[in-house]
Amino acid sequence: MHNNLLYIILPYTAFTVAVVFTIYRYRKDGFSYSSLSSQFLESKELFYGSVAWHFGVIGALTGHAIGFLFPKSVLWFNGVPVRLYILETTGLLFGLLALVGIVSLTVRRATSSRVRAVTSKMDVVVVMLLLIQVSLGVYIAVFYRWGSSWFVTSAVPYLRSLWLLQPDLKMIEPLPLIIKLHIVNFYLLLIVFPFSRLVHMLVVPLQYLWRPYQIVIWNWNRRRAQAHAPQPARQPAGVASSADEHAAEGRPVFTR
Amino acid sequence: MDVRLQMAMVFHLDKCIGCHTCSVACKNVWTDRKGAEYMWWNNVETKPGTGYPTAWEDQQKYHGGWEQKNSQPDLRMGRRELRVLNIFHNPHLPKLDDYYEPWTYKYEDLFDSPEGADQPTARPISMITGNYVDIEAGPNWDDDLGGSPVYAANDPNLDSLTEEERAQVFEIDRLVFFYLPRICNHCINPACVAACPSGAIYKRGEDGIVLINQEKCRGWRMCVTACPYKKSYYNWSTGKSEKCILCFPRLETGQAPACFHSCVGRIRYLGGLLYDADRLLDTLHVPDDKLVESQREMILDPRDPQVREGALRNGIDARALEACERSPVYRYVKQWKMALPLHPEFRTLPMLFYVPPLLPVMAKSEDGLYDTANAELFSPIEKARLPMKYMASLFAGGNQELVRYALKKQYAVRMFKRLDTVGDVDAAAIKRGLEQLNMTGAEAEQIFRLTALPLFDERFVIPSSHREQALAMLNEDMWAEKGGAGFGFRAAPVRGA
Repeated sequence: MHNNLLYIILPYTAFTVAVVFTIYRYRKDGFSYSSLSSQFLESKELFYGSVAWHFGVIGALTGHAIGFLFPKSVLWFNGVPVRLYILETTGLLFGLLALVGIVSLTVRRATSSRVRAVTSKMDVVVVMLLLIQVSLGVYIAVFYRWGSSWFVTSAVPYLRSLWLLQPDLKMIEPLPLIIKLHIVNFYLLLIVFPFSRLVHMLVVPLQYLWRPYQIVIWNWNRRRAQAHAPQPARQPAGVASSADEHAAEGRPVFTR
Repeated sequence: MDVRLQMAMVFHLDKCIGCHTCSVACKNVWTDRKGAEYMWWNNVETKPGTGYPTAWEDQQKYHGGWEQKNSQPDLRMGRRELRVLNIFHNPHLPKLDDYYEPWTYKYEDLFDSPEGADQPTARPISMITGNYVDIEAGPNWDDDLGGSPVYAANDPNLDSLTEEERAQVFEIDRLVFFYLPRICNHCINPACVAACPSGAIYKRGEDGIVLINQEKCRGWRMCVTACPYKKSYYNWSTGKSEKCILCFPRLETGQAPACFHSCVGRIRYLGGLLYDADRLLDTLHVPDDKLVESQREMILDPRDPQVREGALRNGIDARALEACERSPVYRYVKQWKMALPLHPEFRTLPMLFYVPPLLPVMAKSEDGLYDTANAELFSPIEKARLPMKYMASLFAGGNQELVRYALKKQYAVRMFKRLDTVGDVDAAAIKRGLEQLNMTGAEAEQIFRLTALPLFDERFVIPSSHREQALAMLNEDMWAEKGGAGFGFRAAPVRGA
């Protein structure tokens, strides 16, 4: 019974809460979507913590995502021992990087009085959950070896069964407690997600890579302004109007 | 030709008395809030000095502004592709301590302290942590310390001087300083806009005011680094960046911005400038010492029929053009060539211009007496206490001629009026001087009037923004807005279920 609660009801609840409240918050209070950076108040320790944490966790999450999306390819890749070792080591390194990062961020948050001034209760909850999650992950990587292979044959079928709305617990029931904790803690993080600073990962500014440098926004449509403006002088017919071509807002002054 | 209207500014430094009234007006209106305590959208610095944040002009340290790379400018912060990786930790972000830790005093202690042998005191406490702090810096910490070897000697502009010239600046009977009030320059080529990963910062098409959309800002803090003037600030409490908005709610209702309105020295001028946005890249494609002239070229004459036609085509109406004709900024910047941009070599094309201060110009003293015997009208300018090189480093990208011309013009006007009112100067010398500067007596009279006796409406010529027309144009129908919500509502005032 408690298996159903933890591995079926909890994930569906968590996923629903995460999706619904993330959208609700964005629409109701988009202002609150921010990196909430505290670098301005404390920069030196943040460098080690934040850089290690972000690169580590992005690497680790990408690894999990690849396993979830392409389980067969991963198994095929791991068919050659050297490749398995390389994948395992890479995964462990990302995990360790994330662990170093989150530990140093936690220490920083606890010791710097300026950072404490901008720490909310939810920040504490998030940091605790992340500490638990990353510690469990690294522990699993070290003591339950070849996870890149057994992950795709046990957890991935379970997760996919959830996704297909046909929950099947038989592959994860025999897993050790530590791994089960890792899974349940993930669901807790999902529940917390829309109510915490974690939402900043949804507003990563990738569009910056290809947008023009300068942004100009007009409060009115310039083409209509010409047509409606109550002024005597009118544009003579036949004169090419540069305004017409870019009357839309956000016309770039120059591009890269 | 793509004619744009820009609300531009002139600060006449010869009239600034360094009273900080502008700063206080701005603080009271806009930044007296949690997270913004340390921000001074308007601040006044003493020059020579290091300013606020400390040594902001030193781009070796702060990496702000643009660099000309081949034919395109690019941000000094580095390549765009690599910069994206810096969002986890921006290596060039100024820290709180580069500004100062905002503080207040624990006034309750004056009332609540138990009776004792000592008088109770109100100790300073941090407005961030609430802990007791020792005040070690403030927004105008080096105020009036122009000769100080601790502060003034670290002014980055002094780097352009030789050892000997530096020594002269700090000689006791040459000691001199002047004030430099600073707000956001509302640049034509703003580095903050270009650096914002979220695309939250933009330039308003109608009047060129640069604004940060608070809803879109995600606190990546790149604008703080990119702005070479350090006029974009990170609000540590809301996690959003903020900057001077040129009091646009006041401008739109025809009022001068708070700092302009409150200026007791009446040093500030505000008016429209027309410029050709198509010429942006060409304007920047010149060496540092040619930038001021290049920027002046970009500014258009509102009386030119071709310009007027282009303006009307871009939605700048006839009444706005009329305001541009009366713009005091156009006169100081383009017509009289007396106002210069601050650090043009940062290449943002700032739209705030400064008339350089004439200062107490006499420099040479012998036996404790200043040498006032001047063979030539302009020899005091040559002997100015602050080396021309220093002024050129501030206002002209190193071009001393431009500063010299602006100062000579002020001096010529002064002497021209002295001939008029006191009559103890050589009329022929003044005539020669005016000719040398290519100016007429009538122009000198105009400069005198706008400098010394300008009325409120002559200092601030604000084109109507006609928001009501904009609304009509957007909706086709004004009735659609009737009964809508004004400021402060995010949604229409509809009764809930």
